[in-house]
Amino acid sequence: MNLTLHVWRQKNAQDKGRMETYEARDISEHMSFLEMLDVVNEQLMEKDIEPIHFDHDCREGICGMCSMVINGIAHGPERSTTVCQLHMRHFKDGDKIYIEPWRSRAFPVIRDLVVNRQAFERVIQAGGYVSVNTGGAPDANAIPIAKQEADRAMDAAACIGCGACVAACKNASAMLFVAAKMGHLASLPQGRVEAERRAERMVAQMDAEGFGNCTNYFECEAVCPKNISVDFIAQMNREFMKSSWRRKRK
Amino acid sequence: MKLESKIPSGPLAEKWDKHRFDMKLINPANKRKFTAIIVGTGLAGGAAAASMAELGYNVLAFCYQDSARRAHSIAAQGGINAAKNYQNDGDSIWRLFYDTVKGGDFRSREANVYRLAQVSNEIIDQCVAQGVPFAREYGGTLANRSFGGAQVSRTFYARGQTGQQLLLGAYQALSRQVAAGKVKLFTRHEMLDLVLVDGHAKGIVTRDMVTGNIESFAADAVILATGGYGNVFFLSTNAKGCNVTANYRAYRRGAAFANPCYTQIHPTCIPVSGDYQSKLTLMSESLRNDGRIWVPKSKDDNRHPNDIPEEDRDYYLERKYPSFGNLAPRDISSRSAKEVCDEGRGVGETGRGVYLDFSDAINRLGKQTIEDRYGNLFQMYERITGDDPYTVPMRIYPASHYTMGGLWVDYNLMSTIPGLHVIGEANFSDHGANRLGASALMQGLADGYFVIPYTIGDYFARTGPSGITTDHPEFKKVHEEVHGRIEKLLSINGKRTVDTFHRELGNVMWEYCGMSRNEAGLKKALELIPRIREEFWEDVKVMGDNEAMNQSLEKAGRVADFLEFGELMCWDALERDESCGAHFREEHQTEEGEAVRNDKDYCHVAAWEFTGVGEKPKRHVEELEFENVELATRSYK
Ligand SMILES: Cc1cc2nc3c(=O)[nH]c(=O)nc-3n(C[C@H](O)[C@H](O)[C@H](O)COP(=O)(O)OP(=O)(O)OC[C@H]3O[C@@H](n4cnc5c(N)ncnc54)[C@H](O)[C@@H]3O)c2cc1C
Ligand code: FES
Repeated sequence: MNLTLHVWRQKNAQDKGRMETYEARDISEHMSFLEMLDVVNEQLMEKDIEPIHFDHDCREGICGMCSMVINGIAHGPERSTTVCQLHMRHFKDGDKIYIEPWRSRAFPVIRDLVVNRQAFERVIQAGGYVSVNTGGAPDANAIPIAKQEADRAMDAAACIGCGACVAACKNASAMLFVAAKMGHLASLPQGRVEAERRAERMVAQMDAEGFGNCTNYFECEAVCPKNISVDFIAQMNREFMKSSWRRKRK
Repeated sequence: MKLESKIPSGPLAEKWDKHRFDMKLINPANKRKFTAIIVGTGLAGGAAAASMAELGYNVLAFCYQDSARRAHSIAAQGGINAAKNYQNDGDSIWRLFYDTVKGGDFRSREANVYRLAQVSNEIIDQCVAQGVPFAREYGGTLANRSFGGAQVSRTFYARGQTGQQLLLGAYQALSRQVAAGKVKLFTRHEMLDLVLVDGHAKGIVTRDMVTGNIESFAADAVILATGGYGNVFFLSTNAKGCNVTANYRAYRRGAAFANPCYTQIHPTCIPVSGDYQSKLTLMSESLRNDGRIWVPKSKDDNRHPNDIPEEDRDYYLERKYPSFGNLAPRDISSRSAKEVCDEGRGVGETGRGVYLDFSDAINRLGKQTIEDRYGNLFQMYERITGDDPYTVPMRIYPASHYTMGGLWVDYNLMSTIPGLHVIGEANFSDHGANRLGASALMQGLADGYFVIPYTIGDYFARTGPSGITTDHPEFKKVHEEVHGRIEKLLSINGKRTVDTFHRELGNVMWEYCGMSRNEAGLKKALELIPRIREEFWEDVKVMGDNEAMNQSLEKAGRVADFLEFGELMCWDALERDESCGAHFREEHQTEEGEAVRNDKDYCHVAAWEFTGVGEKPKRHVEELEFENVELATRSYK
């Protein structure tokens, strides 16, 4: 099939950036979206045009590196799918495809479709862990954990930190990302211990990074490639309320 | 070059304890006077960085992705082994040790493997304490599954995302140390060279992948945790960015490269479908717990798999290896798949594929159980191929997956360059000529959490803080060299893109140094590779400049190193004139096509010394001594 691509090109953070139009010829329906871009890049280089830059690594939907908005939807039209796992059989001959980077104040563009997601790093550094050192851990079976709890922790822990939730939200809120980490750790006895402190710190950092508020549009859940549920946002709000309550009483 | 393994004396089970006692210690207040550079933040590097920082060392950590959480370890699906014996099925440290040595076809060091089996249990405890959500039984205890090459159930898992969850554990521990100021993390930084001062590794030169800046960093020791080199084949299950650059640059600076020809071809991957293909996707080995592998009995049987009756199917692994069946080790399963395809019995459009069939398991256990066990893998398969594996058997074929070879290290995980340590997949240490499933995660975390934090202390205590800074002339020199190489790549301005060279090299490697090898083919590859390399340096097209992010420049640097490294692999495969594990030399097989080892001449590690580009490298040998297990012919029948 042949396609027309409208792609965001921006040389670096200072550049203003603009949309450019390219023709993609002889695209097979079996290609992944990124393989289609590989082919287009080879064709561009033949014409002495610099290749389109985009983040990617595993191409298996797990590393969270790939990140682009396709026709207005983060990761494109297929639900629960990262763009590296999106296949061209979902498009048809003659389609026009608009490809843009994540757009959010907290994720500045580095080049073309590549953005800077260090804000997520700092949110995790603020408290997204269990405070234990290496060594001296009790036997792994010492604390039984109900299967439902372990499963719930895993549902939240499946987050790949890609940032689609932020890109999709009109407030550029990072609530789903933050709530997933808090939900993962708070569902387990090992992480429960410091749940309140963690909630306070991660939320403070999230605000400091300039992510917006959640006003319950839930676009985040709709684009999440790992189906993280917005229920975790409700749980996070409870956690946060509890801790600010306690602080007030002191 | 001297290869001193530094294996402690004494009985096998006491070596590690004794060694820990014999090593010099650094008192807690002095630890902050030492800085280590750790390149790579996957399971091995991430675990090492976190643990060393907790002890009080200063750590500078580097990775090429935008976050430590994205290292290729994230993609591991199946699980991690440990000798917990929670299933009461007869497992023990000794059994895990024995299975690993045997699985590696008796080409690894007993002492290293025993230590690995010993610390395996601590790893699971540590990960649970960090909040890794391993699969659980209804009673609240940890669940296990089986993997190839073992007859016990010792594999711990977190759905089909075990690597992700283990890495997040290490990443979070690392993030905690970043917040504490003990680790300085440099993401989107690629190491391009190693700096030696007076023969000791004291720093690295990197490129900032956002700005193009070439920067130098000095430290008291350097640890490489940069993963494997499976992408030498172009198509592999590795992430696109996986590379040999850090290891290869260290090799060029004098670190011995051990057993480069030991590369693992994983039996269950989604087959190649077109020449645009950029990578191959693994279908976890855990699927072989319930899936049965077969091809039609006769050639040219073009019926739909569901129309082929039982009597016309050949379940060749069950037939040839009745006691291990579909769980035969990887090298054996891969070769058997190649064999039946070579006979013309392969399936799918290209004839390079075999069926992995779940219909029996679905009939026996119900669709729900299968979905619970493998749901996300089935989904991934359907997304890529468009076929539904619940109703049509999967089509699979072997692909490059893991590399047992790596930089040579002694028992302390130090290379032949003093101060340069190598951990995780990047070293050669524990898997011999073939790795068993679920053992790479175990080794990466063993090295990172429980070995290097001790052994590095011994090196530091012996050498003291170096006080070297990047003002030292050696840093200037290496910096200039790195800069010159980048300028060169940018100035060639030829006609062929980097990917075309990488694909060409990959084809040569797969054809002549892949699942099976022979003398004539390897000699041919040794003629072809230098030609591709020459053409690369004359005709490669790298666009743009070094003032901004430049992904074709990044690729070009990596492929340039693969083009030298491929030759080294072929030399190793040629000189190892025996079949062992994943290294199958067609000249050495039984009538039934089983590998024939030659313990008299090759019961050793081959460690190669760089002598110049295009020159034959020098082969050194570390003899392997087996005091506790008997060298046997590996049998899974
Ligand atoms: C698809 C797949 C599935 C697997 N499943 C399993 C499994 O179920 N069980 C199992 O035990 N094993 C499995 N393995 C193997 C296992 O995942 C790897 O061997 C292991 O994770 C390697 O870890 P590592 O820390 O050594 O390296 P990696 O995780 O590969 O990390 C390498 C690090 O080095 C950095 N790096 C590399 N080069 C440079 C450079 N030049 N400059 C700066 N940084 C650099 C990278 O950024 C990264 O941080 C699987 C492998 C694959 C490919
Ligand atoms: S490239 Fe890893 S998730 Fe898409």
